[in-house]
Amino acid sequence: MLDNLAILFNTPVLIVDLMINGMLIGAIFILAAYGMALVWGVMNIINVSQGEYVMLGGYITLVVVKLGLHPLLGIPIAAIALYFIGWLMYRSIIYRVVDRDVFISLLATFGISIFLAQLTNQLFGADVQTIDTKLGSWSFMNSMVSLAVIKVIAFFLALAFGFALWVFLKKSRTGQAIRATSQNARAARILGIDTHRIYTITYSLSAALCGAAGSLVVMAWAVHPYIGLPYTIRSFMVVIVAGLGNLPGVIVAGLGLGAAENFAGFILGTEFQIAFVFLLMIFVLIWRNRRLRRRRKYLK
Amino acid sequence: MRAWHYLIILLLAVSAPFILPDYRTQLAFLWLMVILALSWDIMGGQMGYNSFGNIIFFGIGMYVCAVFQRDSGLEYFQGLLLGMGLGGLAAVIIALIIGNALLGMRGHYFAIGTLGLSVVAGELAGGWDYIGAGSGLTPPLYPGEISERNVFFYFLFFVWAGITFVSLWWVYRGRFGLAINAIRDNEDKAEAMGIYTTRYKVSAWTLSALFLGVIGGGVGNLIGFIDPKDVAFSGATFGVWMILMAILGGKGSLWGPVIGAIIFHVTQELFWTLFLGWQRVALGLLIVLIVVFFPEGILGWLRQRYPHRMRDANNSTEKNKLNK
Repeated sequence: MLDNLAILFNTPVLIVDLMINGMLIGAIFILAAYGMALVWGVMNIINVSQGEYVMLGGYITLVVVKLGLHPLLGIPIAAIALYFIGWLMYRSIIYRVVDRDVFISLLATFGISIFLAQLTNQLFGADVQTIDTKLGSWSFMNSMVSLAVIKVIAFFLALAFGFALWVFLKKSRTGQAIRATSQNARAARILGIDTHRIYTITYSLSAALCGAAGSLVVMAWAVHPYIGLPYTIRSFMVVIVAGLGNLPGVIVAGLGLGAAENFAGFILGTEFQIAFVFLLMIFVLIWRNRRLRRRRKYLK
Repeated sequence: MRAWHYLIILLLAVSAPFILPDYRTQLAFLWLMVILALSWDIMGGQMGYNSFGNIIFFGIGMYVCAVFQRDSGLEYFQGLLLGMGLGGLAAVIIALIIGNALLGMRGHYFAIGTLGLSVVAGELAGGWDYIGAGSGLTPPLYPGEISERNVFFYFLFFVWAGITFVSLWWVYRGRFGLAINAIRDNEDKAEAMGIYTTRYKVSAWTLSALFLGVIGGGVGNLIGFIDPKDVAFSGATFGVWMILMAILGGKGSLWGPVIGAIIFHVTQELFWTLFLGWQRVALGLLIVLIVVFFPEGILGWLRQRYPHRMRDANNSTEKNKLNK
């Protein structure tokens, strides 16, 4: 661990490399976090199966590539497929738990998460899989800093999807209805918004966003059936650090998390990277709790 | 329940390993399931703090006991019993340390935080060479025949399940039970009424840790191999089962988790082999079905169906409804 730190201090270029690559994966976290924030904000459900939709998006892209299509085509196909999977999940399970106790929806989505992860494990095996897009990579500074082209594409695509979602929510009729429902579902229902339909669209849309993210993950990094939970935890962390409905905050938090995770993976060793993510989440929760408690004291 | 009901249960439990000698290990696991469900229900059912992370105490107990047996050089039985005690102690200490920080959170923050905790524990144990890292740890072998060994572990688990049940019964009927039920119903009001909520929450968490930490060592010895992610910090098996069993039986009561554990374990032993390889897929589906369609559990359903006959059972759910 100390050796790794020493290496880091002796070669500042490496810091740049880790930073850039970390921020590139951070864009994927932003996309998944958008999905989680959407469902959380509108339906007040913490969707633990969010990460599994990312994983499924990756596997759908794998199937697309096996059928002989270009991997980049996998992005829209995964998004559309996940839209329908999300629709199916909402219509079969989620709508029964929307208005109920928080723990019931939490446990129901946890069950979905186990179900999807184990189903994928049975169908595709537990191996780590990836797709070679054959796009090559650029290198800078005497090839100390290298950038895979697909990661850069993934970065900008993720930001573009996030921007498109933002425009959709602000400008379109459906987007306005979604925002109205999230502010007050009862009032929205009185004003003639079919909240059931809005919930369906919201949930499917969030699954589709995650599907697109997963498609980028399998091209730029790799997927395996149990990749879901870390993605859920990461998006949860990004959302609570940024606060619900704070879009610039989500971007900063996502990029920061990506960079921090990459540094931790280098310093502690990659076998502790997942442990780092989960520990960080626990510390974020504790820190948030301390802040809330202090605010409560001032109120007294 | 009258006294002779308990007597029949006791007689059945004592004679079971001799009536069904081929199923001794499964019967021992039945009592383990009862302990798991009961200890989860202290937090999840009685106090309303739904934890996904109680499994860490189970794993801590298992590792502490196995490491103690490996390094102390004591004889098997002394090593095992002392190790189980030490495992319980370690679990309690860790519960006290993290309890204060963690139990300030509420609702889904607490649930996700504990979920994270259980994964962290598995990942860290898988990277620590002193306790065998990812390749696991093998506790010492039982000195004796296999059938004798199974009877020994059966009674070990049965006695601990009995102790767990009786101490929870004793604890729930006193002030402690009232206080944690008050926390479940409305924490702010409970605090305003002068209950030291943090103290009670940490006590409940510690109690849960004690029962799990002690039995963990025994389970490690019975299974005979400790793997960080599949046995000790097994979020996908024991960790989920304990929640599922408590909800299936009816959370927030003393008998609910016991009934849920027995039904779940028996069905699992009878039918699980039919789903060869698909068990965990079926588990995910089962969680969804039970949680969505049957959240009150068997006891809750019985109570709704026969409100008069079930009155003498621990009627916390009814109390809960009156308050809302």
